[in-house]
Amino acid sequence: MTTRRTHRLRHGDSAIGVGRTRLPLGTFYVAVLALLYLPITVLFVFSFSANSRLSFPIEGFTFDQYAGVLADPSLLGAARNSLVVAAAAATAATVLGTLVAIATMRFRFRGRTALLGLAVLPLIVPFAVMGVAIFLLLVTLGIPKSLLTVALGHTVIALPYATLIVLARISGLDPALEDAAMDLGASYPMALRRVVLPLMRTALIASWLTSFVVSFDEVALAVFLVGGEPTFPVMLYGRLRFGGQLPELIAMAVLLMLITVGLTLLALRLRRSPA
Amino acid sequence: MLGRRGTLPVLVGPPLVWLALLFVAPLILIVAFSLRPEAGVVSAGEPWNPSLVQYGKVVGTPAFLRLLGVSALMALGVAVVATMLAYPVAYFLAFRARARATLFLALLLVPFAASYLLRIMAWKLLLGPAGAVNSLLSAAGLIGEPLDLLLYSRGAVVITLIYVWIPFASLPILASLQRIERSQLEAAADLGAGPWTRFLRVTLPLSLPGALAAFFMVFIPTVGEYVTPTLIGGTGGIMYGNLIQDFFGRAGNWPLGAALAMVMLILTVIGVLVALRAVDLRRVAP
Repeated sequence: MTTRRTHRLRHGDSAIGVGRTRLPLGTFYVAVLALLYLPITVLFVFSFSANSRLSFPIEGFTFDQYAGVLADPSLLGAARNSLVVAAAAATAATVLGTLVAIATMRFRFRGRTALLGLAVLPLIVPFAVMGVAIFLLLVTLGIPKSLLTVALGHTVIALPYATLIVLARISGLDPALEDAAMDLGASYPMALRRVVLPLMRTALIASWLTSFVVSFDEVALAVFLVGGEPTFPVMLYGRLRFGGQLPELIAMAVLLMLITVGLTLLALRLRRSPA
Repeated sequence: MLGRRGTLPVLVGPPLVWLALLFVAPLILIVAFSLRPEAGVVSAGEPWNPSLVQYGKVVGTPAFLRLLGVSALMALGVAVVATMLAYPVAYFLAFRARARATLFLALLLVPFAASYLLRIMAWKLLLGPAGAVNSLLSAAGLIGEPLDLLLYSRGAVVITLIYVWIPFASLPILASLQRIERSQLEAAADLGAGPWTRFLRVTLPLSLPGALAAFFMVFIPTVGEYVTPTLIGGTGGIMYGNLIQDFFGRAGNWPLGAALAMVMLILTVIGVLVALRAVDLRRVAP
């Protein structure tokens, strides 16, 4: 009898794939992290520096820039605009994405694949093209550019993410749950509202948060659609190109970063939790 | 009482109207504007005779075609390198990080939530003439004058974009790695496959759809970029997207800009259609 050498996997062994060769993957991960955090650390340090220009060496420590943020109405206005636009786009994208997900996962109808494809298709259109396209729509219909048009544009680019996140959740739900609710006398919309939507709660929140973050930092599309009132990234883009008071913008960005970072962590937590 | 079937129009109606108005109609309008023969800022109301004049200009202008080629190559390079660098990161998260995987994933995604423009700004600060890298090099006596090749070049744009996309590119790869059944790897081990064979014959093929998704998730936004080239690349580092943006901005030639946008869109869609034959998008949802 011949014995063949086998590479047994111990239980809990991480030696799936290249495990035993022990490539320094952990070191690589840490190096990537270091490169990612370096610029953020630089920004954080400069938000407290007394330099008037963004250059080394750092000349002193101050809270002036944070005070400057509070005294600058245009800066606060831009930040508020970004929050409003992102919240509106996230809400619309999540509602529409949920409708698409329910319709395509619970019904067989002509054009089902086409609807799903259409909802995900904005993912493959470069933002410059999408910006031009919606801009031409506004021109043709004679709609003035404003924060509303930015929010509408952001709904389109957030919809694929919203749809895919909700779709992943609803495909794991047993359709018999709705049938049971309807056997007990619920109409179909009521079964959706009282049974299906509550079970999808975390996916809906994750979809909203993801869409929010997609919109909040977006500038390439917004530049084509924005009116007189800028969002924060649009204002930042303008000042980075033509020069302007950068230190206060950095302080504002650090504050806004705290919001997006918090929302990202929350979305991540919800996506990983079972419900 | 509304039954199942009666509910369907309520579910399909709003997203269909929304997409028709804000996605399909605008794309049709690009086509329409690109077929107008005149130049400049045109008003939408006046009738016109469809013509391919603008496409003739795109194809007949070597500078446009060269920039299209350069941008496609830049996007290709950025997408390939970012995907290759993201793969080991995703692999680490999927198979090595174990209980702390969620924490390590969060650490990777936090910088992505920070303002993209300001992260770029911070790199300019580090790499620029008065930046940290040049200061260190000259303090160490290694260079006499500041190196300016770190900024305002195509190379700087490519490096910046690779850097920006790595966390994003790791997400679809991670999703595909997490779907791999452990039993398949155990079966390979039982049949005598060593670690490298298991990786090359089982793990890698099963994760290729995720890698391909990552490639396109980087390639598509990159090929249409104009913001990063404007800020990092300077006049010598502009991309095809800058042309489009310029014709709808200062240069003010909408029909030509629309034709340029259409050319990019058609080439992108062809690339994706070819790839979609290999990947099911729903399997790699981020």
